[in-house]
Amino acid sequence: MARMPVQFRLNGSDRAVFVEPAETLLGTIRRGLGDFAPKFGCGQGTCGVCTVLVDGEPRLGCLTLSVTCEGRSIETASGLADGPTLHPLQVAFMEHFAAQCGFCTPGMLMAAKALLDRNPDPTRVEVVEAIAGNICRCTGYEPIINAILAAAQQRGARRA
Amino acid sequence: MARHQGRGMASINYPIGMNLGGDPSQALVHANPDGKFTVALSAIDLGQGMKQVSRQIAAETLGVPIEDVYVDTADSDTGPHDMGSFASRGTHRVGNAVIVAAKEARGVLLEAAAEELEVNADDLVTDGKGNIHVRGAASKSITVKAASQAAQFKQGKTIAGRGIFLIPLSNVSPETGEMSPVTAYAHACLVVDLEVCDETGDVKVNKMTSAYELGRALNPKMVEQQLVGGAWMGMSHALYETPEPYYPNPEHGGRDYNEYLMPGPGDIAPHDITVLERPAPDGPFGGKGPGEMCANPVLPAVANAIFNAIGVRIDTLPITPEKILRALKAQGGARPQVRRA
Repeated sequence: MARMPVQFRLNGSDRAVFVEPAETLLGTIRRGLGDFAPKFGCGQGTCGVCTVLVDGEPRLGCLTLSVTCEGRSIETASGLADGPTLHPLQVAFMEHFAAQCGFCTPGMLMAAKALLDRNPDPTRVEVVEAIAGNICRCTGYEPIINAILAAAQQRGARRA
Repeated sequence: MARHQGRGMASINYPIGMNLGGDPSQALVHANPDGKFTVALSAIDLGQGMKQVSRQIAAETLGVPIEDVYVDTADSDTGPHDMGSFASRGTHRVGNAVIVAAKEARGVLLEAAAEELEVNADDLVTDGKGNIHVRGAASKSITVKAASQAAQFKQGKTIAGRGIFLIPLSNVSPETGEMSPVTAYAHACLVVDLEVCDETGDVKVNKMTSAYELGRALNPKMVEQQLVGGAWMGMSHALYETPEPYYPNPEHGGRDYNEYLMPGPGDIAPHDITVLERPAPDGPFGGKGPGEMCANPVLPAVANAIFNAIGVRIDTLPITPEKILRALKAQGGARPQVRRA
């Protein structure tokens, strides 16, 4: 089948790429556009390591067709830092030892960003719900939950 | 239907490393032209903290700032031989090898500095901030960088060190089976509080309380990180992870992440951890390492807590709701055991 043109914003930059009709957003971001932050895990939407934001909403890159992203804005963990300045979530993940092997981290960060963008002051239960679709093998989740709560608190303190 | 509370305890004695062919690890340390050091290992770090701990050990032994040490791991083509990062052996075996290598490199570094300062190398000390000076005379000094450059560009010395650590193989007595498999043991005790539903067989872990004795905690935050994550994995082994149900035949087993369960962020329990530090005589700076022991005590403690709650002994893992319901049926209902406050 003929390849199809798609244009979207990836971390603030306009990108245009030709994709196979059945190509996933994850494949396009990684192989087509060379952004390797979102990872390929299960490939069937159960592990969450491919989580990216599409117009601010968390989406599983492995189950999203690239052709459905025409004109949309995509965010990955590569776009979190502003030059040398890390995003508050990245700082909090470091300070709370929320990564061990790091494979789940890009997905966790994006799930957490989606949460904090729409709910700047989440409860612990809301944090747990926000990352419920993301599997972590190493940390036991506790440090990740604590990091997200701390990032929310720090953002709140900056606004005040 | 009732939910029964139960408490279970387990203590473990955990051997660090293996009794196989000496269980060796090697390390190579060398100085670069900028006065910084590279530690080459074949041990790997996929989240256990091998790199960080090796870096701390190398910096401490060399007497240089930790920022000036780079650890290059996991290239078995170019690195020195290592058995690997498993069996809770990394900190103990690799750390000891790094100390040996770093000591040799430090010796050459001080010799190079001595030649530049025209003093005896035995009189030199490092300040840990990148300087070498005569003991008691801080003004008679040279930077590590200048000494490294003098060695490489003037004196023709390689500031380098080789390290290996191995445990002599302990032979098994043919009469009794007795042997001394390792030289360092870590210890732990863990208490689990949980509840069991006698209608659904569901187990909910409410709290874990533990004490771990693991030699000196070389990096306390990373030890805590390992213990928190490891206990979660123990809970997962005890109650969740399985390709079952697989009867009447294995074709009914789980095939993917959808059917292979692990506790999610909503299933975790508060875990109160106490770390006891009893430095090991043959450990690097007294360290043994947390390692696999993080997960081990959780399994028997969960099984004991379930017995305490409903009076059934489940002796295969994981303890799924189905096994609990079958055992309850065989026993004729829950028989909660005595609870002590």
